[in-house]
Amino acid sequence: MENEHIVTSFDDDLGRLDGIIAEMGGLAERQLADAVDALNRRDVTLAQKVIEADKQIDLLEEEIDNFTIRVLALRQPMADDLRAVVVALKMAANLERIGDYAKNVAKRTLTLSSMEPVGNATASIQRMARQVQGMIKNVLDAYGAHDIAKADDVRMRDEEVDLMHTSLFRELLTYMLEDPRNITACTHLLFVAKNVERIGDHVTSIAENVHFLVSGEMPAEERPKSDLSSETVIEEG
Amino acid sequence: MELAIHTDVSDMARVDGHGLSAPHKVTAQGVDVFYGDKQALKSINLDIPSNTVTALIGPSGCGKSTFLRCLNRMNDVVEGCRIEGMITLDGEDIYARGVDVVHLRARVGMVFQKPNPFPKSIYDNVAYGPRIHGLAKNRAEMDEIVLTSLEKAGLIDEVRDRLEAPGTGLSGGQQQRLCIARAIAVEPEVILMDEPCSALDPIATAKIEELIDELKQNYTIIMVTHSMQQAARVSQKTAFFHLGELVEQGDTTDIFTKPFDERTQAYVTGRIG
Repeated sequence: MENEHIVTSFDDDLGRLDGIIAEMGGLAERQLADAVDALNRRDVTLAQKVIEADKQIDLLEEEIDNFTIRVLALRQPMADDLRAVVVALKMAANLERIGDYAKNVAKRTLTLSSMEPVGNATASIQRMARQVQGMIKNVLDAYGAHDIAKADDVRMRDEEVDLMHTSLFRELLTYMLEDPRNITACTHLLFVAKNVERIGDHVTSIAENVHFLVSGEMPAEERPKSDLSSETVIEEG
Repeated sequence: MELAIHTDVSDMARVDGHGLSAPHKVTAQGVDVFYGDKQALKSINLDIPSNTVTALIGPSGCGKSTFLRCLNRMNDVVEGCRIEGMITLDGEDIYARGVDVVHLRARVGMVFQKPNPFPKSIYDNVAYGPRIHGLAKNRAEMDEIVLTSLEKAGLIDEVRDRLEAPGTGLSGGQQQRLCIARAIAVEPEVILMDEPCSALDPIATAKIEELIDELKQNYTIIMVTHSMQQAARVSQKTAFFHLGELVEQGDTTDIFTKPFDERTQAYVTGRIG
């Protein structure tokens, strides 16, 4: 709804919430890109920068927490306003977790950079991360434009991330079977891959919340899930 | 006042949104109200279920109080007021010929915006209605009615030792609960409340809200309120009126979380409609 509130400072409050979420989203997207770039290029300085920058996202989440509580207490929002405030609170939590996962990728990059590279794994991780970055960008656009179709599209695209994760899981198991000296690096890379996959899940959760924000209902359609890594076994020999 | 147009209502117990057959205590069908040439309500259709609190909301002048006052024929005394359509109580037309308005108002009680106790003792305020309607055979029975009504209205502990003191000497919140006790004393089935808390402080308001929640076990309550939060807190059903029309009605949770109509959305969120 485009109409302005009679109390104009309420519009300012809601605008501020949108602004902080957009800033957090932009930062989270950037952190993931930098973390995976650092991993791929074995760039310790960039990884260190990612670890440092996570604090900014944490601070923004704190700001959203405090601000939404204030808005709930002082404005007592109803209907779409209520949904906007609750969704901002939940999105901030998702974005903060995305930042944490990116930071963890950066920390493992510091360790991995001192080891021998393993096959093409980091390139595969980067492909998967690009997919997730695209989803973050689109879900933020969907949030900004209240575009329910775009949000639903993001939600469906997580299946591709799941498929990539399963394939990466197999790839890394194969490297470990080939040469036990790869085990340490591959274990770290498994966590890196899992982190990126989890970021995809948080983006999906944001997409569902955008759907709720616009329509007042959670998406009814079941989401296709294709992460088979938990069932994957590779026989030796 | 002109006579109402009567349409056939054979299906008083109709199927509600949950697929259950629920009898409606009060129904309005195609109700139009005019004050002289001015139409205050336009073709209102509203079913009010038993033992629930239904909130009527909407901006000033939207017709919600007019509608409320139609339900116990309080508009009969308003000069130039004309009502068309049909309003039923337990399936019976309350505007039909031969309906005893005094008896109707005993079945459909009313509590007003400003507490208006009679300039009499607390006891006599509550005993007034039962006396008129001859509900007590002797003093003992009247005592019983008065004490029970004060108890149901959550006031007894505060007035037990001063029943002979004037009702007007009570605090605003106590006076309003006295008015509720007075309404309850004649054993109504429906209680109409027109902004019952607008003159009360937050604590007195909370007490009335708690009381309304308890009263719905035994009565059907219809209340007009300007407080969105109050409607959301105490009612199960909400009806939104705007410029004499009933724009939207439904479960209170839906009206305040995902209203259907843009006008409802604008009103409950405080936007310029």
